[in-house]
Amino acid sequence: MTTTIEQMFQTSSEELISGSEAIALACALADVDVITAYPIRPYDTVMQYVSKLKADGAFDCDFIVAESEHTQFEIVKHASSVGARTFSGSSGVGWFYAFEAITVTAGLRMPVVAMVGNRALDDPGAFGVEHNDALAVRDLGWMLYWVATAQEALDMALLAWRIAEDPEVLLPFALSCDGSFLTHSQAIVQVPAIEQVKRFLPPYDRGKLQLHPDNPITVAPQVNEDWLMEIRRQSDAAMRRSVGIIKKAYEEFKQEFGRGDPSPFIDEFMTEDAEIIIVGMGTLALPARVAVRRLREEGKKVGFLRVKFFRPFATDEIREALSKCKAVCVIDRDYSYGSPSFGGVLFSELRATMYNQENRPWMLNFIAGLGGREIRVREINEIVDTTQKAIDDGKVEQETTWIGVRE
Amino acid sequence: MSVVAVEVVYRGIFQRTLARNIVRSIVFAARKEGKIGTAFGRYGDSPERNGIPAKQFAIVADGAEELEESMAVYEAAEVDVTINVDDTMCKGIESWAWYGLQPINELTKPGGTLIVTSRQDNDALIEDMHQRDSAYNLATIASIPSFSGLWVFKDDHTDVRILGTLAKVAPQLVSLDSMLAAINDQWSSETKQASARKAYDRASLRPVEPGEGKNEERMTFTLPGWKDMEEAVVIRAIEPGGGFRGGDAGYEPVRSAVFKKFSTRSMRPVINFDTCTKCTLCWLQCPDTCFDVTPDGLYDANMESCCGCGVCEAVCPVTDCVTMVNEGEFNDHNSQWEAWTENKDEYNKWMTVLVETQKKETRTHGFHHKGQYAEEIAEMGDV
Repeated sequence: MTTTIEQMFQTSSEELISGSEAIALACALADVDVITAYPIRPYDTVMQYVSKLKADGAFDCDFIVAESEHTQFEIVKHASSVGARTFSGSSGVGWFYAFEAITVTAGLRMPVVAMVGNRALDDPGAFGVEHNDALAVRDLGWMLYWVATAQEALDMALLAWRIAEDPEVLLPFALSCDGSFLTHSQAIVQVPAIEQVKRFLPPYDRGKLQLHPDNPITVAPQVNEDWLMEIRRQSDAAMRRSVGIIKKAYEEFKQEFGRGDPSPFIDEFMTEDAEIIIVGMGTLALPARVAVRRLREEGKKVGFLRVKFFRPFATDEIREALSKCKAVCVIDRDYSYGSPSFGGVLFSELRATMYNQENRPWMLNFIAGLGGREIRVREINEIVDTTQKAIDDGKVEQETTWIGVRE
Repeated sequence: MSVVAVEVVYRGIFQRTLARNIVRSIVFAARKEGKIGTAFGRYGDSPERNGIPAKQFAIVADGAEELEESMAVYEAAEVDVTINVDDTMCKGIESWAWYGLQPINELTKPGGTLIVTSRQDNDALIEDMHQRDSAYNLATIASIPSFSGLWVFKDDHTDVRILGTLAKVAPQLVSLDSMLAAINDQWSSETKQASARKAYDRASLRPVEPGEGKNEERMTFTLPGWKDMEEAVVIRAIEPGGGFRGGDAGYEPVRSAVFKKFSTRSMRPVINFDTCTKCTLCWLQCPDTCFDVTPDGLYDANMESCCGCGVCEAVCPVTDCVTMVNEGEFNDHNSQWEAWTENKDEYNKWMTVLVETQKKETRTHGFHHKGQYAEEIAEMGDV
């Protein structure tokens, strides 16, 4: 006896599922046509759930287990060119193995949605979360979003297709999910009714850019210097347009599903009158919010700002939020060897964002939680203390500090 | 003096080393006079493909600062001397990095010089070249297109003959003595120096006045802005085509109005329509879809799109039905089928002469038999 996804979600329901399961369910609810997989932890959890849904007859899709990550992404790129809704994903160096295909996917404006199960880059081998894998696509024309909860994983997956496939955008969308904390931890998730999803998410229509015998076109010719800058500028315009499309889609999402934050780009927690604002991405939000609440109880004016969309980067919103405080401590779960101040990627971007502002807070960088090491309230407290000292001293002694590393 | 620039236009791969020897020797000779220079190939032409027009440049300046403006570029903005080492390119050139046909004298400065290696006389060459508003000079070096840069062929001294000529026509670049010294440094050859000196003595300039040359409309090409371009790196297909010359019968594909490729041609097919068996092989195998199907089911090679590869000649099962003939013999792109339809006797007479000459004639760009080029190098000493 087969139960289809339509039957399973005739009405909205509450499930105890991981972030990976939430994304697999979103694939089924969004009626994705082509899904590709190649095993690597933690991305493999999504493919397990998708293949189970397919095996049970609940979800009908072309589920292709490729011979490598490169092929995985080539398949969805091509499928997207002929008008198929697509999903794929990987982790760590697997994502890097697919890099050529990942690059051309953005160049050709294919709205592939991918889940990056964030994982430390080998070597040495480590399964735990680091953000360097997903961050590597930041300059390629991929939209890049960091998820904090399983609920958000499901919601943002639905939004991802809606935004990426918008004719005004047509850019790929990567959902970054912290390995283990999100991919392997189950939480209570509100799963919407399939009718709601259908109302919210129209079918993918590539229009006259669709590769089809009735629409003979050449895709991806050699162009050289006389054409390339114009094509780059087109992709730039699409990324700029995506800002408005994201806002509109997010408002409609909130109306249809009855949940969501004030802004799709950033999540502010007690930042209104904060003197110190902690900034970070992903599941770091959970211990950070706990720490902020406790510090507030002690009378310390501390807030937390979560960067959700890394691309497009919410320049204006972040400027507004951070220019009100005295000091910003950026927690990077990534590292960029030899970068400005020998710091993290998020820190460099945020400091650049604030540079031309009239009110510039002190900016400090903390490297923490690499390779999946836990970040707990005590680490956050240490970060806040160091930041408070910079305010008190009127100078930043050390721009980048490694947290929790054994000397 | 300030900056003097020279370009060498050549057939990709076959003449690459020849072009490289020329531009490098210019810089070496300039060093003898305390000047400084740079030599480079047009980046878009690399990696080269067989026979496709390509360019290399030598730019010489009094000092390093003066030279800087001519560095980190693809091409010189203008040149004092253009050197063309294959006379079929006098009709114009189009490499894969350029858009539309460029006249061979496009970059030559007013009052500058075009050096061509050719067996044709000056007037026949000028007939092939685009008209200009400004005067320039033509210097011809009697020669077949040299392949001697290829490692399989013996040196034929084309490089030094050009360098000797260059010293004569562009004394502002380098003196003959400096050129000879640079030649000696590289090859330590008395005979190469003698060839350069001989070419220097023989060189003469034929002034080309404004308005001389072929009155062919310049191909123009507009590069669209990013807002006008199709998104997502998509190029829309051209329409499939229809009847021959717009009629109901036959077939003629629609072709790109701006990408012609025909300037890559060093030979073109000449068709004997009377012996054609309509087997379709030329039409099927042509990589440039250049054959139009006539209403009577024959195949007319369209000279607007033929790149001169010779596949049609190779696949044709009928003896002498398709013959590749030196492009230098032709001054237009007219339809052979139309000429044949108009007056079969006259066409056949014209065609027979061309084909028979071609058979007897030495090589133009291909060879009739193994070792032919080696035999011809001996002859080169006499011309």
